[in-house]
Amino acid sequence: MELELKNLYDDFRDADTIKAYAKIINEDAAKLKNPINIMEVCGGHTHTIMKYGLPQLLPSNIKFIHGPGCPVCIMPKERIDHAYVLSMQPEVILVTLGDMIKVPGSNGSLQDARSRGADVRFVYSPLECLKIAKENPTKKIIFFAIGFETTTPMTAALLDAVIKMGIKNIYFHINHVTVPEVMRELIDSRDIHVDSYNNKIDAFLGPSHVSVISGSKIYEEFPRDYNRPVVVAGFEPVDVMQAISMVVKQFIEGRCELEIEYKRLVTYDGNLKAQELMSRYFDKADLFKWRGLGNIPKSGLKLKLEFKEYDAEVIYKDVLPIGEIEDHKLCICGDILRGMASPPECTIFGTACKPTSPIGSCMVSSEGACAAYYKYGNLV
Amino acid sequence: MCLSIPSKVVKIDRENEVATVDTMGVQREASLSLMSEEEISIGDYVLLHIGFVMNKIDEAEALDSLALYREIIDAMNEEDRQLAILEADECPSRGN
Repeated sequence: MELELKNLYDDFRDADTIKAYAKIINEDAAKLKNPINIMEVCGGHTHTIMKYGLPQLLPSNIKFIHGPGCPVCIMPKERIDHAYVLSMQPEVILVTLGDMIKVPGSNGSLQDARSRGADVRFVYSPLECLKIAKENPTKKIIFFAIGFETTTPMTAALLDAVIKMGIKNIYFHINHVTVPEVMRELIDSRDIHVDSYNNKIDAFLGPSHVSVISGSKIYEEFPRDYNRPVVVAGFEPVDVMQAISMVVKQFIEGRCELEIEYKRLVTYDGNLKAQELMSRYFDKADLFKWRGLGNIPKSGLKLKLEFKEYDAEVIYKDVLPIGEIEDHKLCICGDILRGMASPPECTIFGTACKPTSPIGSCMVSSEGACAAYYKYGNLV
Repeated sequence: MCLSIPSKVVKIDRENEVATVDTMGVQREASLSLMSEEEISIGDYVLLHIGFVMNKIDEAEALDSLALYREIIDAMNEEDRQLAILEADECPSRGN
């Protein structure tokens, strides 16, 4: 058969295939000795799982634990406040991806900054900075960069273009984070208190598009050192069901391996050119504070010292606020990002906190667990 | 944030490292700066994300997946058919 574009959409969302996998999973799960909790690390997977009602198709001994893989959700208020303060500088045009519009900081969101006169632009692609810089030669364009390994190479590619083109009015505020470090943190923090948690992570669904860039090799340690199988899965519902089936088969066959379900896009090595761009421009930061999870060593990236002339954190260090900020008292985003609580357990879920007026970050992004539950109903 | 879209390459401007891609009827430009030289050709399926081609879709792998899905659906349908026959065989009112 000849592959067509619509196959790549429709066939991976096909109801009969989803049903067939549900049947296989149910038959296999009957042979399991113990229940399995599968953490889908990535918010994109959470969104698919809720949108297609996948938990309803699974037997009671297979459960999802929603993970922290949502760059908007884990952005701490301290960093939003940086963006806010930068946007308020008269000579600055702050540019960021659309996902950041509503995320609340302590002075409000970037949308609020805009309504108070700041020049904030929400773009589809980082490359739009080049056009904005050209049209506004007297302004300083600051790109507030967010995202996991999926979006990091694009920020690197923009900086690469800025340097090659000799552009002097584009700067960067880097908030890129990395997946393996947070996965490690989630297991370690649980294993310490293993008796008090009944939601142990038994296996992981590896993120789709992080893995397209980084390859499946970044998860090798989890089956090897932590005894947790990892199956790298695509974002479509059939991908997720096939990946769950692969996880269950590992358990009934007594295997603990790293496998790829998303073979049409993910290889062991990943996109080497993208990786080279990332390592050319970024170093690991000593610490990154994740909203709800706290400081995780080596889990964030920063611009290499040799590129400090492009680093907004260096240039504006005198005006950027320092110090820790408490999260909202009633919001349990932290526990949700850890997979320790489910959105409906939060007292403000769907009442004071909704996608139109989010209090916590998990309600802001469509990839946040709270937003997915709010939109698709509490199906779990 | 991470939901990228499969698209088809319809034009390539090698000099500027830009491809024109078709995403279900909508054409737009995407940067090829994350792809190696000559890696992408016209007619390729690619993954598009925030203005960049992230990777090429491996057609053989995609077709393998689709063939596997066809197999498991056929197996399920066959099983259902056998069950239906069995049930019909055991139907007490049959022939009355």
